[in-house]
Amino acid sequence: MNAIDPRPAKRAGSIDMAHGGGGRAMADLIRDVFQSHLANPILDQGNDAALFDVPAGRLVMSTDGHVISPLFFPGGDIGSLSVHGTLNDVAMAGARPLYLTASFILEEGFPLADLERIVVSMALAARQAGVPIVTGDTKVVEKGKGDGVFITTTGLGVVPEGVHVSAERARPGQKILLSGSIGDHGVAILSKRENLEFETEIRSDSAALHTLVAEMVSAVPGIAVLRDPTRGGLAATLNEIAQAAGVGVLLDEAAIPVKPDVAAACELLGLDPLYVANEGKLVCLCEPDDADRLLHVMTAHPNGADASIIGTVIEDDIGLVQMQTGFGGMRVVDWLSGEQLPRIC
Amino acid sequence: MKYVDEYRDRTLARTVAAAIRREARPDRTYHIMEFCGGHTHAIFRYGVKDLMPDNVRFVHGPGCPVCVLPVRRLDDAVEIAERHNVILCTYGDMMRVPGTKQRSLIRAKADGADIKMVYSTLDALKIARDNPDREVVFFAIGFETTTPPTAAAIKQAEREGLSNFSVFCNHVLTPSAIGHILESPEVRDLGTVKIDGFLGPSHVSSVIGSEPYEFFAEEFGKPVVIAGFEPLDVMQSTLMLIRQINEGRHEVENEYTRVVTREGNLKAQNLVSDVFELRQNFEWRGLGTVPYSALKIRDAFADFDAEKRFDISPKNSREVKSCECPAILRGVKKPTDCKLFGTVCTPDTPRGSCMVSSEGACAAYWTYGRYREAGSRVPREAAE
Repeated sequence: MNAIDPRPAKRAGSIDMAHGGGGRAMADLIRDVFQSHLANPILDQGNDAALFDVPAGRLVMSTDGHVISPLFFPGGDIGSLSVHGTLNDVAMAGARPLYLTASFILEEGFPLADLERIVVSMALAARQAGVPIVTGDTKVVEKGKGDGVFITTTGLGVVPEGVHVSAERARPGQKILLSGSIGDHGVAILSKRENLEFETEIRSDSAALHTLVAEMVSAVPGIAVLRDPTRGGLAATLNEIAQAAGVGVLLDEAAIPVKPDVAAACELLGLDPLYVANEGKLVCLCEPDDADRLLHVMTAHPNGADASIIGTVIEDDIGLVQMQTGFGGMRVVDWLSGEQLPRIC
Repeated sequence: MKYVDEYRDRTLARTVAAAIRREARPDRTYHIMEFCGGHTHAIFRYGVKDLMPDNVRFVHGPGCPVCVLPVRRLDDAVEIAERHNVILCTYGDMMRVPGTKQRSLIRAKADGADIKMVYSTLDALKIARDNPDREVVFFAIGFETTTPPTAAAIKQAEREGLSNFSVFCNHVLTPSAIGHILESPEVRDLGTVKIDGFLGPSHVSSVIGSEPYEFFAEEFGKPVVIAGFEPLDVMQSTLMLIRQINEGRHEVENEYTRVVTREGNLKAQNLVSDVFELRQNFEWRGLGTVPYSALKIRDAFADFDAEKRFDISPKNSREVKSCECPAILRGVKKPTDCKLFGTVCTPDTPRGSCMVSSEGACAAYWTYGRYREAGSRVPREAAE
């Protein structure tokens, strides 16, 4: 599978305005850095628009811009993240992702070696996911008008028949499942931020979740809701669901997995893991009778090994998310106010 | 997490809760002021109130550093950042506090002012080192806990000859604030604020010790228990206060013995007195002008004093009309008594300082306590 060398030959030089100018420099960049690593039959058509067949059924489409800082972090980089992020957005419709596109905004002066490292990482992530990047675009902005590289990816997928996943399908009585520990991505990013660097073993959980989702919807086609708790963390995701469906949520804090290192870092920095971003986790709502079967399917998959049932949907017309604390009291888990950490994805 | 989880243990919490229920006399109510925002935060975040009998009530005190800073000082900070082209370094919570006409540091930053959020004074020093051609000002706020690091930063800057570094000093003193509350007409004469005892500051006391509270306990006949910030600390300290109240005692007791001594941290105290001296007067949001309640930088370190370094214009600073932060900070009103609470004033659109910091009473009520106001939507037994 890994026909690509993950360590590209160190390319000298850096991006200049000519790389976006439409001349030979741009053509060379596209051929040497993008096409050579991302190669697949559709991209290789070499046209402005990718031409492909689509299967019968309902299609879903999602797009996501990535502006993360730093570009390289423990457990991933902006390249792999931009593939995983969009694959997951498509998968959260219960869909099987088919194709990706990628658009790069490069800042003048950005090292070509870093760009190639990022593209190789994207190529690896796409190949491992089995979803090709079929078309793309490159623009260059003057120094100071960007921050190295921004990547926007778009994904197209197809939803299996009989699957209807949507936040407004949350109903009182349904069980809430979480695929693993929370806060890993946000803490891994923070640990590398300027002014804040601290030693930790924590790596980002950045991962593509579509194979996990495929097994889940195959076992339980009636899954009501799927969401990946990225920015704003688990708290934001559950509030979105509660708001969309006009229901309440009751969580059991003791059932929510948080790694000790993540808990310690959050304690130190005054953060609440419930609000810290994830890039390889999902939340699922299903009928109570399906919960155990679904949990079994999830824990058998590498991306859901630490899955657990973390709460229940309850009746509540104002849509509060509440939590029984590990201490024994109750609290509201509100939306995040302001921004806990900027540029986390 | 070792040394933390022990103080959040559910089984122990039930044991202490049972003891509190046994000790609290049913024929009276216990009004306990938790001075610090850290206590307020713990009470709401862990749902401590759910474990208390109804006749034990917490009154939120003014010990939230972001909350008590008056609007004028915030307006001054905005001016320093905007008019003098400096890099202003601030703790994160200060960014969103609205000044006059809702002007906050985050708005000033969006409009081009160079404002950086820092986690410690060390970050501010590093920014000064990395930008030798820029003036770097640290917006210092907080009680005795944050004062020693500011003093250390000033001394460090002097040692390194960091002539582009200065401090806009807003450090305030806990004992003066408690004294002021106890002297207030609402407590002394009118009886509109009932306080039977205090949960005393934990981190502040690690610096100043428990001794400074002995005067209040004696003079005003109110018991004080120095309480840690973990939920079990709060519960255990509440139990200790109830026992004192029942027995008619008014002493300073120390629940937080793992950190606090009677004398405090003498090294830190000396460091602070090297660099700072008392201000004759300082304005607090809610409490008004309180004599000898804040610190300023000594003349020997005048080069590092942003107030001396920059020309700061006098201004007509104004809080939002009908914002009840001042009364809430004095314990006279609850957040839900404010007309703005939850309508125009929410954590996303704060009108007053108490809605900004997670230690602020309004933010804590909104974020963690609203389900009570929503008419307990979870059966009580779920919380038992």
